[in-house]
Amino acid sequence: MFRKLGLAVALFALWLLLSGIYQPLLISFGIASSLLVAWIAHRMDVADHEGFPIHLGVKAVTYWPWLVWEIIKANIDVALIIIKPNLQITPTMFYSNASQKTEVGQVTYANSITLTPGTISVGVADGTVEVHALTTSSADEVIGGRMDKRVCQMEGDN
Amino acid sequence: MFLDVLSWILILSGGVFGVISAIGVLRMPDIYTRMHAASIADTIALGLMCGGMMLQAGWTIVTIKLILILVFIFFASPTTTHALAKAAIAGGIKPILHEDRRKKVSDKTSNKGKGEKS
Amino acid sequence: MFIAATIAIIIAMVLALMRALLGPTIYDRVLAVNLFGTKALLLIAVMGFLTDRPEFLDIALVYALINFIATIAIMKFFRFAHLGHPHQGDNLGDL
Repeated sequence: MFRKLGLAVALFALWLLLSGIYQPLLISFGIASSLLVAWIAHRMDVADHEGFPIHLGVKAVTYWPWLVWEIIKANIDVALIIIKPNLQITPTMFYSNASQKTEVGQVTYANSITLTPGTISVGVADGTVEVHALTTSSADEVIGGRMDKRVCQMEGDN
Repeated sequence: MFLDVLSWILILSGGVFGVISAIGVLRMPDIYTRMHAASIADTIALGLMCGGMMLQAGWTIVTIKLILILVFIFFASPTTTHALAKAAIAGGIKPILHEDRRKKVSDKTSNKGKGEKS
Repeated sequence: MFIAATIAIIIAMVLALMRALLGPTIYDRVLAVNLFGTKALLLIAVMGFLTDRPEFLDIALVYALINFIATIAIMKFFRFAHLGHPHQGDNLGDL
């Protein structure tokens, strides 16, 4: 129940941000539509701890800047590979262990791998992620398991 | 003035990264390597350009909308790329590989998994 | 200066369109169309700043949503030749 109300409040905040016109009638429409969407989400059973993970909270906030920094570094590497006249690519495929406990954690790990240029997660099953990497060095980076550890940290003990 | 110069640098470097990613999509040999090039445009080109436009706009509703676009793309882009890669694999397109480490590592992980379960 | 950004984006769009025309498989074309959509989103946002009409950003936001859903829908359609049913049977999973 707390989660559904939180979803409705978050939707209404989004509505307030995007609308820009603040008259009583329109605001009541906004409240009605956000409640309707929250109710539909409740009927579809998607407002659970996966669809709306508020419990991650502060730890997620510290994870994002680290991920953005990783993405910037990987971007520069891939851009340099592209603009060099001879394409020095060594495509590699391998399996990586996702040692997160929950499915949200594993999905976060796989999405982080995909978001970083140079590595794409091709399939996720039973705690292993199948990864396609552009170069062997970016593959070694993922196998090294720094990102895995970081996602585990974010996931924490809950 | 300083913010102005900074925002121009951000927007122009975003444009350069966008062109680089398009060149990469043209140059790369197969679909999987092209995806790496395309994800440059989804992450850094979009991020830099939106950052530059945020600096131009200041603290207004425009900035909030740009942040919303950025957050949405950051969540949607890996999903799209993953769906595309998985569909390509399921569609039977073999990646051009320099080195295939799937056999070696998969043996190890499957043994490990069995050990943990028992 | 927004003009320079616009030109860069249009060059990138033309290159992506070339890949969409050349692309040997359907997946290459979908990838190129997705890239084209991202560039079009950026173009709309930059055009909003160029003509000083920030309402364009709403269109950009909607374009981002449509671009995402269109790619997923095309992939699902080519995989299952159907948009309605969820995947069933072997463990390939939903797209």
